[in-house]
Amino acid sequence: MLWAALHFPCLPGETLQQIAAWACQFTPRVSLEPPRALLLEVEGSLLCFGGAQGFFGRLREGIAAMGFEASLGVAPTARAALWLARGGGETLEELPVEAACEGEAQVFLNQVGIRTIGELRRLPREGLARRCGQRLLDDLERAYGRLPEAREFYVPPRRFAAHLELPAEVAHAEGLLFAARRLLVRLEGLLAAHQAGIRRFKLILLSRKSELPVEIGLASPTRQTERLAQLLRERLARLALAHPVDAIRLEAADFSPLHERSGGLFGDAAADAEDWVQLVERLRARLGPAAVYGLATQPDHRPELAWRRIEPGDWDAREFVQPGARPLWLMESRKIQETEFTLLAGPERIESGWWDGDEASRDYFIARLGESLGWIYREDGEWHLHGLFA
Amino acid sequence: MAGLEEILQRHPVWRGGSFARLAAALPSGYGELDRELPGGGWPTGGLTELCGSHEGIGELALLMPALARLTSAGKRVLWLAPPHLPYAPALAAAGVDLAHLAIVQPPGRREALWAAEQALRAGSCHALVAWLRHARYADLRRLAVAAESSRAFVVLFRPPAAAHEASPAALRLALEPAGGALALRILKRRGAPLAAPLHLVVKRPFHALGRAAFPLPARRDAPADRRVGLPVHA
Repeated sequence: MLWAALHFPCLPGETLQQIAAWACQFTPRVSLEPPRALLLEVEGSLLCFGGAQGFFGRLREGIAAMGFEASLGVAPTARAALWLARGGGETLEELPVEAACEGEAQVFLNQVGIRTIGELRRLPREGLARRCGQRLLDDLERAYGRLPEAREFYVPPRRFAAHLELPAEVAHAEGLLFAARRLLVRLEGLLAAHQAGIRRFKLILLSRKSELPVEIGLASPTRQTERLAQLLRERLARLALAHPVDAIRLEAADFSPLHERSGGLFGDAAADAEDWVQLVERLRARLGPAAVYGLATQPDHRPELAWRRIEPGDWDAREFVQPGARPLWLMESRKIQETEFTLLAGPERIESGWWDGDEASRDYFIARLGESLGWIYREDGEWHLHGLFA
Repeated sequence: MAGLEEILQRHPVWRGGSFARLAAALPSGYGELDRELPGGGWPTGGLTELCGSHEGIGELALLMPALARLTSAGKRVLWLAPPHLPYAPALAAAGVDLAHLAIVQPPGRREALWAAEQALRAGSCHALVAWLRHARYADLRRLAVAAESSRAFVVLFRPPAAAHEASPAALRLALEPAGGALALRILKRRGAPLAAPLHLVVKRPFHALGRAAFPLPARRDAPADRRVGLPVHA
């Protein structure tokens, strides 16, 4: 067994559990050591991250990305790793006794001139137990692996909620991205622990006077901090804040399973589809959901109803029945004078819609209008331009 | 003369009449046009500009074979800021698989440029057909750079006056009507200039084009003639 301990010199309340949830992406065996330390059993995980160097590199990067500082201790036992993280030394022997005990025991040991764990270990055991309690003696045995230590492992929750106080009030929505990213990193860790992704999340901007929820929907489940942050950036760019924000909260639930896919070398259709979905999602985040759409045909004889807007990609070619000649541009129909055009072909009579009250009875012609080829119709004796054969 | 040919064969002499080598080109579906385009088709990974003298002269029909080929192969196509409604039944009739087509309507020029860059950065957009009104040279430059870093077929429709302006596009065509056909002048290509315009017969309602205009049908007394109609194409 190999234990890694993380000791946080300063930590806001209730954050330890969230860091534990984040750390569950590295190993399922994460144990809390309140108030300010975490213990990770990492022996089985090292290989997955390319050895100890890669693993601890990733661990440190992640902690920095969340905006925390931590000291790291690594040892074969949990207790020793914890003391090393607290004491910040190379070997257990050299550690100051403060790493191992506190309160009365620590004061007593200092008074009798015991400075390091090594010195502590050389003291007579019975006397030490009498003076400082059996607990310190047991901890010492556990650190050296002569007594087993039973630890309870943390089970990450299936929902995410994290709060972050901003160091200063922020008046521009875009300025919140930096802080939000720290929370997104935590979210990514928790999702990785569950091998899950999310389809939507909510960032709540808190000010003294109000709460402003910003909801972001995704086209496909993901947990990548970069993708989430990019969508958030586009949304925040469009947002005008009424009050300066002094804290943010990030919430996400409804985790959906996300399977890792190996990237294809070239022409990977699945990767292409995923990339497309993300492009549509990015465009919509900035331009609004209605600005991006797909087209579909619809079985209706009235030309203006023979198409509809759809989600891009939602069309089934089997629903298409080839009509007569149709123009590539359809226009808002506008009246034209008989002198403006010469007829080339027609008529094609379209009579429809009597059943839904929007009755149309028109004769369509192909006509030349100046240099262009137009699609015009006559209804009630009036001529209208309805499209261009572009 | 045989000696000259031999020298040209042996030495790496670049001749003005040959085209620049392009990595990949997309067949336009019009053989006469492909022969005149470097690479034998529409350039991918470069900006193409089309300056049409009018609307409704077959400027979209010119692109349809290429777009039909792309979409039916499962490649996605994006139309950016079209000036009118692209009519789904006509697109489907031209062979475009609408499942692989998306339309983007940005509110303004800056958003349109941004959207174009996003689309070209994404590898999944294989063709971008864009209309930019009041594009400045700097905008075109940005678009051309984005197009060159992608592998997409990028077409930009420009107003007729733009044919006389400088542009960083890799290929520029001016389109004019010529009877029933479409006349293409190649304003710029990576290779020797082409003096004579090309006349292409693009796919439009043919039966209408060859015919002489006929007089307006007699005006019927509309209200009297209106009855409850049945859908005639049912």
